[in-house]
Amino acid sequence: MTSLAVSDHQAETATPVKVIQPVWVRIVHWTNAFAMILMIMSGWQIYNASPLFSFTFSRSITLGGWLGGALLWHFAAMWLLMVNGLTYLALGFATGRFRRKLLPITPGGVIADTKAALTFKLSHDDLSKYNSVQKLLYAGIITVGVVIVLSGLSMWKPVQLHWLVSLFGGYDIARYVHFTCMALIVAFLVIHVALALLVPKSLRAMIIGR
Amino acid sequence: MGRLRKLLIPGVDRKLLVRDAVKTMPELTRRRFITAGTSLGALTLLTGCDVVDSSSAEELLKKVSKFNDAVQAWMFNPDALAPTFPESMITKPFPFNAYYDLDDAPVIAAADWKLEVRGLVDNKKAWTLDELYKLPQVKQVTRHICVEGWSAIGSWTGTPLRDFLKIIGADTRAKYVWFQCADKDGYNSPLDMRTALHPQTQMTFKFADEILPRAYGFPMKIRVPTKLGFKNPKYVLSMEVTNDYKGGYWEDQGYNSFSGS
Repeated sequence: MTSLAVSDHQAETATPVKVIQPVWVRIVHWTNAFAMILMIMSGWQIYNASPLFSFTFSRSITLGGWLGGALLWHFAAMWLLMVNGLTYLALGFATGRFRRKLLPITPGGVIADTKAALTFKLSHDDLSKYNSVQKLLYAGIITVGVVIVLSGLSMWKPVQLHWLVSLFGGYDIARYVHFTCMALIVAFLVIHVALALLVPKSLRAMIIGR
Repeated sequence: MGRLRKLLIPGVDRKLLVRDAVKTMPELTRRRFITAGTSLGALTLLTGCDVVDSSSAEELLKKVSKFNDAVQAWMFNPDALAPTFPESMITKPFPFNAYYDLDDAPVIAAADWKLEVRGLVDNKKAWTLDELYKLPQVKQVTRHICVEGWSAIGSWTGTPLRDFLKIIGADTRAKYVWFQCADKDGYNSPLDMRTALHPQTQMTFKFADEILPRAYGFPMKIRVPTKLGFKNPKYVLSMEVTNDYKGGYWEDQGYNSFSGS
């Protein structure tokens, strides 16, 4: 009888459970999180060597110890960020995930869902479907991710990739673009983490898939 | 380590602090201390935390930096020219930048100075400034980009390095041209041969149509608009054509060696 009970139990857990976040999404998500944090913290240390604004970042939140160390980190983590990012974009398009999850984004939908979110009336019953605010934020942050890499490349290779620098309107402007993208990513990160903590099952889905 | 950290002033770059301290030491102990300082720096390089096993991470970072050298050499197009600008866009005043104050910049008497030429060259004759001034010169207005992130547009006039390498019969199959300079603590820097042969790489004798002032490297600097600023040596004393990687002042401390733009 015991064996029967066990097999019953097994049958129960074996019932296909709807996967909210496929395994490739979870892998690239956490790889990106790791690479992005390395890039941001080392980037702050690099910024401190020649600040664009009247502030610098506290050394306690930077990576690398000094400019040379930070550059080593930045130009190592960039490979992780870029390879992972390209994998994400390729799979996102190839699997139709972007089209399925992020489109369409309509102004009406965004306004309605923003109102609902601010009054805590937004439904989180089906985590596999993004609401309009999520769609906008995710599509937006992917775009910012592309722009921060392109502006970074143009600062790294302003001669070899001078056409890319021209696209940004010059080397100096590319620096401001790179910084602005960083600020947007940090702002996104704060909201993203806060919301994930408010709806813990979304965090669980990004860890175990469902 | 913990106690040492408390002694340091917040906001002060530890590397620079060590360098300042070294300045006060007698010449003989200085070199050895810099070596020791580098390994101390290795421990604190990573997060500023006292991570003892950070040396393995640093080894990995150094390997990636070597990989980045190779990637940049592969990306380097010997025909791609650095953008040039109209003279109206020249940055004024053009910044003085070094790891020492302007007061400590080398003072070189033109009459005493000779450019030494060494290594894989046919003619190792040293060159006086007058002899060098007689070589054909060209002017470029290009952007100087510092490893720190800032940039400034300047006007440099001098002899293309590749013309000079031809005159002295340099073996251009060699890997590097290695420059030694008069800066305090002995500045030096290797330049890969393909960049040395780039049409805009220049032995510079003039800034903004005037004889190169002391602040910018009198009597001669090497202007390399396809490299970051620290790969543009000033106060040059000698050049050596070599297949050996001889390291460099900043390169040895962790700046990426190729540092191409």
